[in-house]
Amino acid sequence: MATTDQEVNELIKREYEHGFVTDIESDTFEPGLNEDVIARLSGLKKEPEWMLKWRLKAYHRWLEMDEPDWAHVGYPKIDYNAISYYSAPKRKEDMPQSLDEVDPELLKTYEKLGIPLHEREKLAGVAVDAVFDSVSVATTFKEPLAKAGVIFCSISEAIRDYPELVQKYLGTVVPHSDNFFAGLNSAVFSDGTFVYVPKGVRCPMELSTYFRINAANTGQFERTLIIADEGSYVSYLEGCTAPMRDENQLHAAVVELVALDDAQIKYSTVQNWYPGDEEGKGGIFNFVTKRGACQGKNSKISWTQVETGSAVTWKYPSCILKGDNSVGEFYSVALTNNFQQADTGTKMIHLGKNTSSTIISKGISAGRSSNAYRGLVKFQPGAEGARNFTQCDSLLIGDRCGAHTFPYIESKNKSAIVEHEATTSKVSDEQMFLCRQRGIDPEQAVSMIVNGFCKEVFKELPMEFAVEAGKLLEVSLEGSVG
Amino acid sequence: MLSIKNLHASVEDKEILKGINLEIKAGEVHAIMGPNGSGKSTLSQVLAGNEAFEVTSGEVTLNGENLLDLETEERAREGIFLAFQYPVEIPGVSNLQFLRTAVNAMRQHRGEEEMNAAEFMKLAREVSKQVDLDPSFLKRGVNEGFSGGEKKRNEILQALLLQPKLAILDETDSGLDIDALKVVSDGVNALRSEDRAILMVTHYQRLLNHIVPDYVHVLAGGRIIKSGGRELALELEEKGYGWLGIKDEEEASN
Ligand SMILES: Nc1ncnc2c1ncn2[C@@H]1O[C@H](COP(=O)(O)OP(=O)(O)OP(=O)(O)O)[C@@H](O)[C@H]1O
Ligand SMILES: [Mg+2]
Repeated sequence: MATTDQEVNELIKREYEHGFVTDIESDTFEPGLNEDVIARLSGLKKEPEWMLKWRLKAYHRWLEMDEPDWAHVGYPKIDYNAISYYSAPKRKEDMPQSLDEVDPELLKTYEKLGIPLHEREKLAGVAVDAVFDSVSVATTFKEPLAKAGVIFCSISEAIRDYPELVQKYLGTVVPHSDNFFAGLNSAVFSDGTFVYVPKGVRCPMELSTYFRINAANTGQFERTLIIADEGSYVSYLEGCTAPMRDENQLHAAVVELVALDDAQIKYSTVQNWYPGDEEGKGGIFNFVTKRGACQGKNSKISWTQVETGSAVTWKYPSCILKGDNSVGEFYSVALTNNFQQADTGTKMIHLGKNTSSTIISKGISAGRSSNAYRGLVKFQPGAEGARNFTQCDSLLIGDRCGAHTFPYIESKNKSAIVEHEATTSKVSDEQMFLCRQRGIDPEQAVSMIVNGFCKEVFKELPMEFAVEAGKLLEVSLEGSVG
Repeated sequence: MLSIKNLHASVEDKEILKGINLEIKAGEVHAIMGPNGSGKSTLSQVLAGNEAFEVTSGEVTLNGENLLDLETEERAREGIFLAFQYPVEIPGVSNLQFLRTAVNAMRQHRGEEEMNAAEFMKLAREVSKQVDLDPSFLKRGVNEGFSGGEKKRNEILQALLLQPKLAILDETDSGLDIDALKVVSDGVNALRSEDRAILMVTHYQRLLNHIVPDYVHVLAGGRIIKSGGRELALELEEKGYGWLGIKDEEEASN
């Protein structure tokens, strides 16, 4: 038939677009991890004493922990002493005070990635924090945000300038003892984004962080903390890319969200870390812990993710629904191609009364990749009248890839209602023949069909990024049809 | 326009088409009738380039060019259109987006500028009215949840938008109510023109009251065993396929 499985398998082969390396002078630590390294890191960042103590405590706990092996992924053992835990572009002063002081090479890098940091060329209505390797290099739109009372800065700045807020919330949603990678991150996190939206404020623009790994043999351990105070609203987006390198690189981030009474946080991710080459060589190990706490009543946290990159992804953005009537949402598109492996999903932990959660997961596997959805929906005894709806769809392209679904449901409250739907489908020969019979290129046909499959998730993304996500799928799928 | 010579094709090593010969000129309408399983859809699919079928011998030319050398999408861009007997669904892809992508692929091939969303929307709405499909069908997924008759009208909608040189209609009249049959026939008659040929597969001579063919062929056992004019269809209706030496129980029953 028009596009046979074999041909489909060939339709995913474009070069990774963001694979360039920026030639910039960096200060990079020697590989290895010990107390001294952590102290040096903390010192470089001029952190207060409490922060260093916090890090060291996490480090000691981490030393006692084992790397998890339950995920449906396989990768060579990571030597944590072969990784450098800090790399930052060299510059005269400690921190650039304005965009004019940012190294022009860096600005060019972000321009190349389509993320203009100059406010005059800004993405319409989006404030950007750019994190390059271990440090935040620029944050745009600080002033209009400050006028609204919104704090949007790098976490390093927040630790220095807003210690009360950081101390009050850091590690409350994801404690350092939570899991191996969260422990490691707590010890060595280098930078990331901090957001605080005060009571009753609707953040006047989209906030976004753009993460870029540049240096070789360096791990990226960013830490993001977002607090939405009572009755506030914020929409936040993160994007990620990395150069093409033959060695695997580790990215172990922690993201914590806190929504107080009547507050809403919308968190979107477009993850496009370097996935490795067609033979499965190189690529980012993306081991991320993301969790949001709906602390207050009527609060809402919504995760939307489009995951197309990374060699191995291990990621479960979750919601703890503590406040009564709080709402958790998880919308996910995970695409794997070639030899990529993804084990991703969510956890919805219902504690409060009448809490509700929605999970829409779309997994797309092509090439020889493996794509697993893993989800936990848990109702604690107090979750009277709570409900969950889960829809889990897998789409296979070709016949050498795999899709797996691991849904777990635990209910300790009889009044809780769970609905679960799951489907697995293929891009069928008949669909491909129909498209081609109408004059459409096979590649365009696959991308159109896949985009259609993801529609329910894409409509949750902020407009500007929905378009980008669609394009990203197209690129990631190239070579999957011949 | 289309010339088929001694065409043999098989699927999974089973020969279905056993030497088809057919000449179709621009402006002509040909009807193909024949018992279930005789190879009518196979012929249609082979012409459109469905690779599930293997052409084992014979030749097919479109305006002198070897059609069998072309990929499915290239044939489509050269003007071959197939209205499917069983149109498939593409969930989540809006009909509008699908149609515009197809129309623009053809335009690009002809070196014309692509149509933008607004222009296309206007055109699509007009044509959907022509086949009596509410414009709301443009927003729905391709054939997603369409009734049998709606799918058939959607096929004609596509033919009208794509303006092919050769339209192959595989049982586009099956499963239509009387009003829909009228709508679809009107659509097909609108397609009729000096520089376009139509090949339609049907089981019902009543369609031929609406769309009067220039030729009628009977396909049985993978061969065209009889050809004639409009009157052949009437004869078939009266006598069944038996008088042509074909078993009656295989006769059209859907
Ligand atoms: N993919 C396939 N695999 C196996 N056999 C097939 C396949 N496609 C068609 N056939 C067989 O080829 C023969 C011709 O089928 P075809 O669909 O062309 O008949 P038709 O004349 O269109 O019949 P109908 O009037 O019922 O639509 C049938 O015996 C059918 O079972
Ligand atoms: Mg048929």
